[in-house]
Amino acid sequence: MLELRPRRAPSRIMTYLSPLIAIAATMATGTLVFGALGYDGLRAVEAIFLTPLLEPQRWPDLGVKAAPLIVIALGLAIGFRANVWNIGAEGQYVMGAIAGTGIALLTHDLTGWWILPCMLLAGIVGGAAWAVLPALLKVRLQVSEILTSLMLTYVAVQVLYYLVRGPWKDPDGFNFPQTRMFSADQTLPAIAEGSLVHLGVPAALLLALCAWFLLSRSVAGYAVEVVGRAPAAARHGGFDAGRITWATMLASGGLAGLAGIVEATGPFGQLTPQFPVGYGFTAIIVAFMGRLSPPGIVFGALVLAVTYVGGEIAQSTVRLPAAAAGMFQAMLLFFLLATDVLVRYRPVLRRRG
Amino acid sequence: MSQPPDATVGMRLSLSHVSKSFPGVRANDDVSLAVRPGEIHALLGENGAGKSTLVKIIYGVQQADSGEIRFDGRPVEIASPKAARRLGIGMVFQHFSLFDGMTVLENIALGLDETVPRDVLEARIRAVLDSYSLPLDPNRAVHTLSVGERQRIEIVRCLLQDPKLLIMDEPTSVLTPQEVERLFETLRRIATQGCSILYISHKLDEIRALCESATILRGGKVVATCDPRAETTRRMAELMIGAELKSIERPAGERRGGALRLAVDGLDMPGEPPFGTSLKNVSFSVHAGEILGIAGVAGNGQAELLLALSGEHRAASDDAIRLDGRPLGLADAGTRRAAGLACVPEERNGHAAVPGFTLAENALLTARHRLPLTRSGLVRGGAVARFAREVIARFDVRTTGPEALAGSLSGGNLQKFIMGREIGQTPEVLVVAQPTWGVDAGAAAAIRQALVDLAARGSAIVVISQDLDELLELADRLCVINEGRLSPARPVAGLALEEIGLLMGGIHGESPAEPAHA
Repeated sequence: MLELRPRRAPSRIMTYLSPLIAIAATMATGTLVFGALGYDGLRAVEAIFLTPLLEPQRWPDLGVKAAPLIVIALGLAIGFRANVWNIGAEGQYVMGAIAGTGIALLTHDLTGWWILPCMLLAGIVGGAAWAVLPALLKVRLQVSEILTSLMLTYVAVQVLYYLVRGPWKDPDGFNFPQTRMFSADQTLPAIAEGSLVHLGVPAALLLALCAWFLLSRSVAGYAVEVVGRAPAAARHGGFDAGRITWATMLASGGLAGLAGIVEATGPFGQLTPQFPVGYGFTAIIVAFMGRLSPPGIVFGALVLAVTYVGGEIAQSTVRLPAAAAGMFQAMLLFFLLATDVLVRYRPVLRRRG
Repeated sequence: MSQPPDATVGMRLSLSHVSKSFPGVRANDDVSLAVRPGEIHALLGENGAGKSTLVKIIYGVQQADSGEIRFDGRPVEIASPKAARRLGIGMVFQHFSLFDGMTVLENIALGLDETVPRDVLEARIRAVLDSYSLPLDPNRAVHTLSVGERQRIEIVRCLLQDPKLLIMDEPTSVLTPQEVERLFETLRRIATQGCSILYISHKLDEIRALCESATILRGGKVVATCDPRAETTRRMAELMIGAELKSIERPAGERRGGALRLAVDGLDMPGEPPFGTSLKNVSFSVHAGEILGIAGVAGNGQAELLLALSGEHRAASDDAIRLDGRPLGLADAGTRRAAGLACVPEERNGHAAVPGFTLAENALLTARHRLPLTRSGLVRGGAVARFAREVIARFDVRTTGPEALAGSLSGGNLQKFIMGREIGQTPEVLVVAQPTWGVDAGAAAAIRQALVDLAARGSAIVVISQDLDELLELADRLCVINEGRLSPARPVAGLALEEIGLLMGGIHGESPAEPAHA
């Protein structure tokens, strides 16, 4: 009989190994499940997890998809470390894009280098503003931020639908529900002429580096950690949990908003109803897979970006439904949470009798 | 009903060669002991000696790796607490499992293995209460009861099952001296009815007063079996810690008369609902070089007082708390620490320290206000590690180093580290709650010595403790806290134990004589 025994201290090896075990378990289960559904299971898993890594022409796409995941997950991880569970990054991501697009629409007949920075700033402010209500409710009334932030996501998406179908609809757009295309001054440049990879990708890596430094070296990063691990000890040490909740909520909202406007000015170039693709939710998986640490998040974002790109490949090669990528992502989180038991417990084979 | 067993037939409980290991530690190593029917048997040992593990094995919470348990002569497998109760083993834990909002009767009903109709149960409870002359009203709500009365609920819960063996785990740690005396009477009466009692404690005077035999554990092994009535306290203590006991060295001469350091004046603070205790008009002062003891039964406002002094709860007025004349009542915890007011709360894990953090990270928690451990918002890792290493060396903390997790240390070692962290900042005033709670005798002596040394350097110290012996040993003056009120401080020299006991039980001695009107 297999038995779980508590470890004396959390296993460091398992902390890093458990995401890899989860990936392996996801691949194995995926093979079986899609095999049972009548697809070529082995080829499906190969298309989703391996092809994007093996074909160099897919790499730019991986970077473009990983960048927003990194930026959002960094913000979420800061909150999660402080026990602040912002589940509404998707809404903050949309709101950031809306706020930045607002600037773009106001400035569409102007030119100047300052427009893009203004849009990015507006994106950060818009995302952070969408996190104000959950933060306020949590600090003042102890309302669970999990619920409020999640519910506000749907509000944000409805606001987007209203704007692109109503006041912000492109007057020259043949009545399609979409805004004007952004001008050259409103578009994030590519890292090189003709490349798909926009400046947001290296910026995301830079942000991860900064977050890593702040979390591991600064008093603020320490405060976040103490508040999350032991609120009473934080109070004893003179840290104000309410202030930390505000700061982490605004930071995660702001980063999600930044990711939103970067995505809007980069790959999209306008706002459409198809804009919310679930990066805000996928980033939760990324944050956990990355063990809430910035280097891990870069790795996790890459894995999840692989499933996005691979999902598209599998649609054409193995004729997997579009939802398959989402299924694999969900399985990843599922197995990750399950294998995390091994960090605190060790399996022991126990003889009966 | 249950015929008294013949004492000559054999032992009620006998363990032979019981061993139990956990990863990295042998908690019980070849332990053998025997308890006769009707005997009160002490299980004595320091924290970490293996008492708890042994008792958990007897009560079926854990299983031994090897060895044999016999109950009334028959070998038994005790797979669960339920199986233990079926054999006739009852246990009263150190921490009660009671619901504050429910009545005594409801709490007892919840703890029983079978369902008994309410009126039948009440009749049975009253019968038990009568036969042991225990005063307790089955219909009172638990939150209105004193700790001694709450303990009685747990005892009644066991007695209802007609136990043949009653295990008492550190039962007196929360009682007043009078309550202890009453508990002992009850236990002696239970024993005369033929029920054996396994009494776990590290308080030697109690064991000498109550028990007929004692098994002393050290490092998981039985080091001695003796008759405590025939031994001296000192010798038993030395057997227990395996070394000679050091007495505290106090500087000779008068320590009072230093400058006024901490003045608390009319401090009021509402308790946290629903069961917190409000502080009512608390006033006291402590001078340089002085140790003020605050005695009292648990739950009478000690926790609230500590939070009010540390700044985790703020006072209503700035003048309620003054340090060297500077008003601090409205200041936050960080400001108070920077000003020199350091506090050590009772709970080590999650309050004084973060168990999942390293010792270095825990050093930063409270030392960053007074020591240069940060620079422009960044942590100076080297300075933090150096400070942690100093604390470890100076206070003899047994650990692998500043990178060890706080949660991996034993209670006594972690407490030494926490005390060292505060004392290492040389605070003007140090307030400590239960400084030696759950700490082994050797570490306790070291901690007490450190407090005396800090006072000798000119700091003012407040010790909040439920351990009267500790307070009498350390303090120059003593107050008692009861239901959120603090009695005036009395010099410890010449203070009668009975008087403190009465104050702890809620009879206030504000007036020098009893009111004369009869």
